[in-house]
Amino acid sequence: MITYLSMTKSIHDWLFSILPEGAANITEMVLIALAYLALFAVAGLYLVLLERKVAAWFQLRLGPNRVGPGGIFQTMADALKLVSKELTSTDRIDKFLYNLAPYFVIVTALLAMTIFPFSKQLQAFDPNIGMFFLLAISSIGVIGILVGGWASNNKYALIGAMRSGLQTISYELSVGLSILTMILLTGSLQLSEIIEVQRTGGWLIWQGHIPAIIAFMVFMIAGTAETNRAPFDLVEAESELGAGFHTEYSGMKFAYFFLAEFINMFIIASIAVVLFFGGWLSPFGITEGITWFPEVFWFFIKVLVIIFLMMWFRWTFPRLRVDQLLTLEWKYLLPINLVNIIFMAILIWLNWTL
Amino acid sequence: MERILFYIIAAIMIVFALATVTSRKVLRAVMYLLFVLIGVSGIYFLIDYSFLGAIQIVVYGGGVIVLFIFSVLLIHHVELELEVTPLKKKIIAGLLSAAGLGITLWAIITYPFKAVNTSQPIEVSEIGNKLLSYGDGGFILPFEVISVLLLAVMIGAIVIAKGKKLGKGVSRKEAGAQNEN
Repeated sequence: MITYLSMTKSIHDWLFSILPEGAANITEMVLIALAYLALFAVAGLYLVLLERKVAAWFQLRLGPNRVGPGGIFQTMADALKLVSKELTSTDRIDKFLYNLAPYFVIVTALLAMTIFPFSKQLQAFDPNIGMFFLLAISSIGVIGILVGGWASNNKYALIGAMRSGLQTISYELSVGLSILTMILLTGSLQLSEIIEVQRTGGWLIWQGHIPAIIAFMVFMIAGTAETNRAPFDLVEAESELGAGFHTEYSGMKFAYFFLAEFINMFIIASIAVVLFFGGWLSPFGITEGITWFPEVFWFFIKVLVIIFLMMWFRWTFPRLRVDQLLTLEWKYLLPINLVNIIFMAILIWLNWTL
Repeated sequence: MERILFYIIAAIMIVFALATVTSRKVLRAVMYLLFVLIGVSGIYFLIDYSFLGAIQIVVYGGGVIVLFIFSVLLIHHVELELEVTPLKKKIIAGLLSAAGLGITLWAIITYPFKAVNTSQPIEVSEIGNKLLSYGDGGFILPFEVISVLLLAVMIGAIVIAKGKKLGKGVSRKEAGAQNEN
C-alpha cells in the first residue's frame, strides 16, 4: 500500500537518482516550498469560508450558499476577484514600505508554519529550539502591521497600527509564559520530541492536569489576542477606525493581510494542539497499530476543533476597550501565569504529574 | 551550497547596511537595519547555531527594531526626511568607522581559527546548565549581575513613566495636611 510516508521518500529517492546532488537538493526545497504555499492558500481560503459559515450558524443565517454546492467555492471566487482588482494607493505615501508590509506579514506566517509536525514524517524543519523559533518568528510579524499602518499616511491606519503593536507586545508575554509552563513538563523545545513525550504518558493537558489547563486557558486568550481577532480586534475596530491598519490597502495586498490573519489563527491552533493535545497522536492510541492510517487526519481534526473554539469566541464576546485589554493582560493573565509556572515546577518536583 | 548561501547573505547584509546609513527616511533606515540583523541571524542558522539565531531575531527583530518603529511612529511624519549631515561630521564618522573596521579586521586576520570537521548543534539544556553552574566556566555570576541590572532598569523605567503621578499624589497629601492645619 502506498501511503504518503513512502510517497515523500520515493519522491526523494527518485529526485536523487535522476539529478546531481546539488540540483536535487534545490529541487526538493522548491517542491517543499510549493507544497507549503499550496497548503497556505487552501487553508487560508477555506478558513475564511469556515468563518463565514460558522458566523452564519451562530446568527441563524445561511451564509454563503450560491457559488458551488453549499457555497464551497465562494472564497475561491472572492480570491479571483481580489486578484483582478486594481492595486490602488494614496498620494504621498512611502511606496517602498507600503508595498513591503503585506509581504512581511505573510512571510512570517509562512515561516512559522514550516516547523509544525503534521505527522511523524511530515515536517519540513525540526530545529532543536522548535518552540523558541516559533516565538521568535511571531515576534517580528507585528513589524509588518506597524510599518503598513505608518506608511499608509492615514490617521486611522496609524492608530490601528499603534493599537496592534501595543496588543501584540503585551500578549506575546502571556503566550510565551504559557508555552514555557508546558516546556517545563516536556523538558525539550523540539516539536517532534514534545509529541514523543505525549505518546507514552498521555496528552500534556492530562499529564499536567490543573496547571496545564490553566496554561491552556491563558494560551487561548492570549493567542486570540495575538491574532488580532475579536474580542481583541481593536486594531481594525470598524466603528472607530475604518478598517484599521489596512484601510488603504486594496486587492491582493489587502488579501495578504486578511489571509495572514487566518493563517496566524491556524498557527495558534497548531501550537495548542502540539503542546496540549498530542499533535498527530490519536486519542487513546486507537490508530496506533494501523500503519497506513494517515496521522495527518488527527492533527487537522484537532486543529479545526481549536479553530472552531476561536470562532466561537469571536461571535460570543463583545469587543474590549483598550484599557480593559491592558488590564486583562498585565493585572490578571501575567500574574496568573507567573504563579502557574511556579505551581507547575512544584508539581514536577514532587512528581505529582499524571 | 553553504558557501553560496553565505555569500548571498553577506551581500544582502552589506547592501542593506550601506542603505541604512545612506537612507534619509528614518523608518526605511530602520527596516534596512532589520534586514541586516535578520541576515546575521541567517548566518547563525547557517552554522547550525539556531539558538543564537533565534535570540538574534527575538532581541533585535522583535525587541529593538519594534521599539525603534514605535518611536518613529510617534514622532515622525511619513513625508519627513532627515537633514543631510555636514561634511565635517561625515569625515569624523568615516574615520571612526574605518578605525573600527581596521581593528576588527586585524583581530580576525591574526586570530588562528581552527577548522572543525564534526559540528553538532548545541542543545538548549547545555546552555541553561552553563548559565546556572557555579563551577569552572559557569556563568552564574554574570547571569545574576545582568538580572539585577535589568531589574534596576525596569524599576527606573516605571518610576520615570509614573513620575508626574507620584508627584501629584505627594502634593495632594501635603495639601491635605495643610488643610488640616
